Amino acid sequence: MTVTAIPLDGSVAPAGSAPAAEALKETRFVVPGISCAGCIAKIERGLAGTAAIKSARVRFSGKTLTVTHSAALTVPDLVARLAGLGFDAQPIAAAAAAGGGDRESAELLKRTAVAGFAAMNVMLLSVSIWSGAAEATRSLFHWLSALIAIPAIAYSGRPFFTSALSALRQRRMNMDLPIAVGLLLVTSMSLYETATHGPHAWFDGAVMLLFFLLAGRTLDRMVRRRAEDGVRSLVRQRANGARVRGADGALRWLPADELAPGMAMLVPAGERLAADGCVTDGIGLVDLSLLTGESRPVEARVGDTLPAGALALTGPLTLKITRAGDDDTIGEMSALMEAASQSKSAFVRLADRAAELYAPVVHILAALSFAGWFFAGAGAHQALLIATAVLIITCPCALGLAVPAAQVVACGRLMKAGILVKDGSALERLAGVRSVIFDKTGTLTRGQPVPQGLGALSPLERAALLGLSQASAHPLSAAISAQLQADETTPVIADDVREEPGEGVSGRVAGAAARLGKPRGHGSGTAVIFSLAGWPDRIIRFEDSLHTDAADTVAQLRSAGLNVSILSGDDSAAVERLSGALAVDGIAGARPAEKLAVIRDQQAAGRAVLMVGDGLNDSPALAAADASMAPGAASDVSQQAADIVYLGTGTRQVVEALRTARQTMRIVRQNIGLAILYNALAVPLAMAGFVTPLVAAVAMSLSSLLVVGNALRLGRAK
Amino acid sequence: MNGLALLIPVALGLGIGALFAFFWALRRDQFDDLDGAALRVLIDDEDDEITTVASAAPHQRAGD
Repeated sequence: MTVTAIPLDGSVAPAGSAPAAEALKETRFVVPGISCAGCIAKIERGLAGTAAIKSARVRFSGKTLTVTHSAALTVPDLVARLAGLGFDAQPIAAAAAAGGGDRESAELLKRTAVAGFAAMNVMLLSVSIWSGAAEATRSLFHWLSALIAIPAIAYSGRPFFTSALSALRQRRMNMDLPIAVGLLLVTSMSLYETATHGPHAWFDGAVMLLFFLLAGRTLDRMVRRRAEDGVRSLVRQRANGARVRGADGALRWLPADELAPGMAMLVPAGERLAADGCVTDGIGLVDLSLLTGESRPVEARVGDTLPAGALALTGPLTLKITRAGDDDTIGEMSALMEAASQSKSAFVRLADRAAELYAPVVHILAALSFAGWFFAGAGAHQALLIATAVLIITCPCALGLAVPAAQVVACGRLMKAGILVKDGSALERLAGVRSVIFDKTGTLTRGQPVPQGLGALSPLERAALLGLSQASAHPLSAAISAQLQADETTPVIADDVREEPGEGVSGRVAGAAARLGKPRGHGSGTAVIFSLAGWPDRIIRFEDSLHTDAADTVAQLRSAGLNVSILSGDDSAAVERLSGALAVDGIAGARPAEKLAVIRDQQAAGRAVLMVGDGLNDSPALAAADASMAPGAASDVSQQAADIVYLGTGTRQVVEALRTARQTMRIVRQNIGLAILYNALAVPLAMAGFVTPLVAAVAMSLSSLLVVGNALRLGRAK
Repeated sequence: MNGLALLIPVALGLGIGALFAFFWALRRDQFDDLDGAALRVLIDDEDDEITTVASAAPHQRAGD
């Protein structure tokens, strides 16, 4: 037997033995630790072994787990049980779990399959016609083609028809309008030809075109979905609920949207606040770096108000909720971000800009060839046939594939490098930026304090310091221990250790009294004082360390002709040191609204901006910038705001993404050039009346292959 | 012409059959988790006793 027995707590055991008729609930979790087949088996079997859980299913691609369980089992119970199995799990909010995108890609896939089926069968019939099928057979085959093609076009072409209609309503031009008009004209013309037993029907061209275009779109959608999956598996920052003390004194876990002002919320060390609150009990350190960008932990005492998203480093803290839900600090930031992102949706993609010129030209050419042939005395029927040929040969098949094909290959390549592109137009916007703005903490720097000048201490002091710092869980003590252990210092064990929250830790090391704690009046910056009996007091300062590749990244961005600057919410001394070290402009102490203003200024000056940031305080700026990137360790709001999320530490991903974006746009422009060249050759032929359905089929396939082949070069390029 | 009357419906029927099989698979979420499906083949069956007996036999033979 492989089913692991998990001790059930008192509240669950009766539910397990209850009849199956009881209400079932479905909860989804993100489990970042899922990495192999063993994990899948362990989780699914470990959970399914009990009666309270009806089913557990892991979806590996998004690292999510869907559990169907009895309503008596609460979310923290499930999280605790997963923790018992060795997996860290975060519940996903119901809205995010709905997964509307999945349905969209399934829908596209269906339409592509129908178009593919129709294209294959109609082409089969067309080949027999081109091979010289006789009168009655040709008519039969044309009718069969119509029977297959017309329902297929009606079903598969719907995305194009609806998009064209909405563009018409807004009096705008997009790529789908010429496609929809072309499809409709060609289909009705072919139907007329079939009914009058004419020699040429264009059903094959119409369905093939549809298939190529849908294939491009499906690929695009699938790549984006993979990126979304990747991003979703990273989301973990905001606590999805909190333990609340009820009137009877018992602790209950409530999801974030059920929290209300006035409730008493208990936050243990290591958890994030789910709502804004005022500390009523306990003293501890909180990390506000996600909100303020400031890396230094802040001390929280009774009476202090803390924002949602703050991380309790020591604890537990009891807070009275002051604001919850959409009113809290994170909610406010989201509202600011939403307003800022309006400008981005106004961006018109290159392909659509091309379509704006392209569509009228094509339709005018088709009309001209009709008029030309008609007045030259060819008859309305003959003239209409030639106009149809012009329409189908110019239908932007290659143009429609030019952008998605290049984008799909580029996104695939970036994904291998750990860079997830969330938005289809992101690469295009990224390629156009002229200025890069970095947030400081967590992007250029590690966001962790590193003690300075430990090497100047004597070996005895170092050993005593390590002994004392190891006895404390304070983040600054931990930073000192990590640094000393890296230098292979052997600790002297400290006895009599007493830790006073907010003051420091003291004890005896080899008989001498020692204390590591808060200094009094030492100037700006983070520091601690270390006193050992018999030695002078030492002040240990902390600095946030730069990523090793930061200087290199800045140099490379500069040589690519970009203007680099730092925009931080941190204090000015820290930003000055950093901007001095990297020789770039720096703005310190910027609040979220000020960051937004800086970006707006640059945009007003005509420079497209790339914002790289991780904090919640950066999210409005990320949303407003022309393109934005966030590291995988960023807050989930920032990851949602950013176009591109990159994994791993360091900054070189920014350079890689920019380089790929520029290469992609070069390929896209080449592809559009190829499409124009193809049209320049094909249109005169069509207007002269030399194009038959056979010629159109060959020309369309060749131009599409050419464009896709050119895009594939991106995957190989170094 | 007789051949056509038979072959065309057969060809179309096969195509439509494949199309519906694809739709069915799509609706049953068969393409939902391709990476996971690739890994699931590696998971051993629940019934440990049967698998150990079955896998032990060839080993013995190999040892003989």
